Amino acid sequence: MNSIFSKDLWKEILESITSNGFRTIITAFGVFWGIFILVLLLSASKGFQNGINKKFEGISTNSIFVWAQGISKEYKGLPKNRNYTFKLEDAEAIKKNIKGLDIVSPRNRLGGWGASNIISHKLNTGSFSVEADFPEILKQKSLKIQQGRFVNQRDIEDKRKVAVIGWAIINELFDKEERDQVIGSYIKIQGVSFKVVGVYKDLSMRGKNNIEDQKNIHVPFTTFSQVFNKANEVRYFFITAKKEQSVTEIKDDIFALLRSRHKIHPEDDRAIGHADLNKFFTKFSLLFLTLKIVSYFVGILILASGVIGVSNIMLIVIKERTKEIGVRRALGATPGNIRKQILLESLFLTIMSGMAGVAFAAFISFVVNYYLDNMGSDGLMINPSVDLVTIGVALIILIICGLLAGLIPAQTAIKIKPIEALRTE
Amino acid sequence: MIQIKDLHKSYQMGKNSLHVLKGINFEVEEGELVSIMGSSGSGKSTLLNILGILDEADLGTYTLDNTLIKNLSEKVAAQYRNKFLGFIFQSFNLINYKSALDNVSLPLYYQGVNRKERFERSMYYLEKVGLADWSGHLPSELSGGQKQRVAIARALASDPKVLLADEPTGALDTKTSYEVMELIQKINDEGKTILIVTHEPDIAEMTKRIVNLKDGLIIDDTRIEPKRASLYV
Repeated sequence: MNSIFSKDLWKEILESITSNGFRTIITAFGVFWGIFILVLLLSASKGFQNGINKKFEGISTNSIFVWAQGISKEYKGLPKNRNYTFKLEDAEAIKKNIKGLDIVSPRNRLGGWGASNIISHKLNTGSFSVEADFPEILKQKSLKIQQGRFVNQRDIEDKRKVAVIGWAIINELFDKEERDQVIGSYIKIQGVSFKVVGVYKDLSMRGKNNIEDQKNIHVPFTTFSQVFNKANEVRYFFITAKKEQSVTEIKDDIFALLRSRHKIHPEDDRAIGHADLNKFFTKFSLLFLTLKIVSYFVGILILASGVIGVSNIMLIVIKERTKEIGVRRALGATPGNIRKQILLESLFLTIMSGMAGVAFAAFISFVVNYYLDNMGSDGLMINPSVDLVTIGVALIILIICGLLAGLIPAQTAIKIKPIEALRTE
Repeated sequence: MIQIKDLHKSYQMGKNSLHVLKGINFEVEEGELVSIMGSSGSGKSTLLNILGILDEADLGTYTLDNTLIKNLSEKVAAQYRNKFLGFIFQSFNLINYKSALDNVSLPLYYQGVNRKERFERSMYYLEKVGLADWSGHLPSELSGGQKQRVAIARALASDPKVLLADEPTGALDTKTSYEVMELIQKINDEGKTILIVTHEPDIAEMTKRIVNLKDGLIIDDTRIEPKRASLYV
């Protein structure tokens, strides 16, 4: 009898709950609905989050791109409107001087932004972008190597004329019978022959949506510099910070370093262009946090009205059961017995109806999921789901609510004197 | 078994104080079958409430089975009720969603007796009141007399020192009343101390002693030769 796992105690509780089934169901509905809304909102916000995360998939989000622009201020006798370019040594300097960075990738590109170059294989020609990379770029951008390999350190050191091409290029450059022998064949980039050593597939969301991203050609950075006369120039840096360090916080240090290395006025903000993925991503994270807080807020408010409902009904039930409680008291039930029973009844009712709400919400998000999957949507909502953490949180909320809902009725119940049982009406 | 000395009790009714018991002196030996009579307002229900540890006197002492009943906490009061007393009510007060057997075993449940033993003992008392075949039935499926017999079995289940019956036949017809009284006499014959509050003279005549209350005082206390209820059934 002392244990809350006692079979007898639960029999007592089940008996009294089921003794008025209809009212129990009506009461339970309030809690059911509250937790249903709460979980559904959380699941929806999770879905939006998944959707946005997918957009950033395949690229390190704690990253910035930094490129050189026109200088707008005179400094140390140097005129404004002059042009400058980043150098390979800048990458070393950034790595050495700025703490908390993970990877600094210098990159070059053939032609202007978006411009293409004539690439040929035998008699076939096409226009594709050529990117000059170090092997580290694979840690920042998810390119899946389908055949062969990516650019490696030996290629960089020996300045080998090798190329890794996008899978979408194969059909344009190679005749049907040659398509299974792409590796080892040669392509010409602006008249210079490069040996194809690998085929990649861009797995990022951007890559999936944009066929152009599947048609790039990656060559070793050093080879590119030599063949296309770039010396030690760098068009832009792709910089990723370590996980524990937000790149947004240290980017000004990077800019300051670059300005001093290139004799740019310290306040010349226009000279260095950049795009901050992290800032963009953080904004979304903040949005989702807000969404989550709003979900909890709304859900818990609705749940609260359900809990007040349970509390109310329990009070009515106790008024109705005054006589029964009095009889129990007369037969030897202590106030503790009665309090325990009322609290557990309320707890049981709340948890059962709440878990039914969780289950129903999970079912709804499963159905929504099913339709989203079938539509093959790239939309904003992807895989809205109820995870174990949500269920755990819901359970804790329910336990607290159940106890709160039972508290006032239980106090009322133990105030009933056994003498009430003797009064015959 | 029961000793009451100079018992006073008053109720506060708004600004007025209602003096219900005005100094009751009263003793009951083990094995007695006592009826307490009196018109309404005589204080007999109040006396029964105090005897049943459901209410406490303002003045005076109450000793039950050599235990002084005074200033008990709710918890201890509940335990004493469970251990010392069995209640029989006018309106039976069975729990309507529990079977006869479950109703009878309720005092044992609060004693912490395990399930198996509880049902064995409850079954024994149901047999004693002649309702073994009805153990699985709900109160709503029983007649008034049967309900009261289940209530008697329940009062007996914890093997208390004293049975307190508040108008046990008040809701029953004459024939059923006598059947219930026959059962009560039988239980008394086995040595159980029983107190009955009643206002029916024929019921009182079936007890061994009649105590008459009027305006909060005992005006008459007579031992009689009880009429056997079995003769009337």
